[in-house]
Amino acid sequence: MQETKRKELLKVLEREGNIPAKDIAVMLNLEVEEVRSEIAKLEKEKIIIKHTTLIDWEKAGEEIVSALIDVKVTPQRDVGFDEVAEKIYHFPEVKAVFLVSGGYDLSVLIEGKSLKEAALFVAEKLATIENVQSTMSHFILKRYKEAGVILNKFEEDHRQVIIP
Amino acid sequence: MKNCEEYLAPVINKIPPSGIRKFFDLVMNAEGVISLGVGEPDFVTPWHIREACTEALAQGYTMYTSNQGLPELRQEIAAYLKKSLDLKYCPEKEILVTVGASEAVDLAMRSLIAPGDEVLIPEPCYVSYKPCAYLAGGEPVSIQTSAVNKFKLTSGLLEKHLTSRSKILVLSYPNNPTGAVMRRKELEEIARVVIENDLIVISDEIYGELTYNGSHVSIASLPQMQSRTILINGLSKAYAMTGWRIGYIAAAPAFVSAMVKIHQYTMLCAPVMSQMAALEAFRNGKDDVKQMRGQYDQRRRLVVTRLREMGLDCFEPEGAFYVFPSIKKTGLSSQEFTEELLKKEKVAVVSGEVFGRGGEGHIRCSYAASVTNLTEALQRMENFVRNLSRGLNCRGLKEKAR
Repeated sequence: MQETKRKELLKVLEREGNIPAKDIAVMLNLEVEEVRSEIAKLEKEKIIIKHTTLIDWEKAGEEIVSALIDVKVTPQRDVGFDEVAEKIYHFPEVKAVFLVSGGYDLSVLIEGKSLKEAALFVAEKLATIENVQSTMSHFILKRYKEAGVILNKFEEDHRQVIIP
Repeated sequence: MKNCEEYLAPVINKIPPSGIRKFFDLVMNAEGVISLGVGEPDFVTPWHIREACTEALAQGYTMYTSNQGLPELRQEIAAYLKKSLDLKYCPEKEILVTVGASEAVDLAMRSLIAPGDEVLIPEPCYVSYKPCAYLAGGEPVSIQTSAVNKFKLTSGLLEKHLTSRSKILVLSYPNNPTGAVMRRKELEEIARVVIENDLIVISDEIYGELTYNGSHVSIASLPQMQSRTILINGLSKAYAMTGWRIGYIAAAPAFVSAMVKIHQYTMLCAPVMSQMAALEAFRNGKDDVKQMRGQYDQRRRLVVTRLREMGLDCFEPEGAFYVFPSIKKTGLSSQEFTEELLKKEKVAVVSGEVFGRGGEGHIRCSYAASVTNLTEALQRMENFVRNLSRGLNCRGLKEKAR
């Protein structure tokens, strides 16, 4: 498939989620088989990593405590930060890990059921990993935007229902 | 005192009541309706443009501007017309910023029409041209375009409607409600007739940026046509800025100064904060336009395909964000179809005859709606059409039995 078409396909998937391949084919002026096989290929190449659903858990009544943890690390010969990062990202409490520039090295997003659970995870699991020098926790108080989507009602459809 | 109606100017009675008012109330009183009846973008104005406005307000831009509009904005408009249509206009003498393209249409008509002058209006079209022509003292002459010609105006059709009083031709392509566009070759044919018969063209190009399978061509860019064309455009559709009310006119100096005469006494100027936002749109909004156009184009294909799959005849629209399928097969009138569709399946579309007599037998579906809403609405329409055809078959059988 053409590079531009391929990118268009990815954009549609990212924007619209799981709409039928038949509709995507029409929208992009492709054959439905082409779309199906390209998606399979993109999944195999791990360009499409996962088809997920963005959920506002707070609205769903689920108590979730999230925190961003700044982690300072002593880099290791040959592997740099990767080894420590790997130790961190295997924990199920950890939702995201990034290597960042600036005053600290790894930015870690964790989730727990309570403040205590999250704090204990940092104190007992994260801070005790070899070569982790220090941690600083920032608890998330409010979510405004996630995965490119604004989470409040600000931009609902305010249009009149019929306009000539 | 007599009845209030008796004090009204006679011209008011020439303007029929709104064709959508009753239907609007029906939609408002129903719950769970998906509306494909909205003639404006579903996108909100891009954030950086909104921010330019709030910043302007914070800086105290709350005053009048010059009647013609901010000089910087007129320069941007001139630069845009040069770049996109290869048309050269002088920002000082040939450009006027208006309160939406709607004001521009009114100004153009009022500055040109003498009592009894005929205004040729290809239909189906947006609802304001005819009333504006009446209000200016002119006589609108409807030209019915049809699906056979992809709702384009042809030179033959135009010539058939010419009289000694013909003065103005209104062109509104890309067209609301049909989505028809006029390509260069087709416009050349029209330009020939316009020049031969000494007509002036009011060209409403508000959907120009939303042209698919090619770029928009303005009739003003054809030889000898710039001086006889009043080019109207605005930011509403391209930049999703309908509520800001910023339109503009590009025309010969004599036309512009005539229109400024009316504009300065009736409107004074377009709102300054909207003009500041428009400035930002022209300077930094090109990617937004491209991105929105891309999404409209995808939806356009989706809607046309699905409408055809459910058995409705549907020519391919190449501009704006409307599809105008024929519903004649169902045996219902446009109005019956829209009302029944709303009642049975809770989908709102606009009845075709709202846009002129020739629109009867069609409905206007806007795809300025999310893909989720579009696919749901199309599914409901398909149910509706399928149930209708079953009903028709039953009736047919009963008639046979008799």
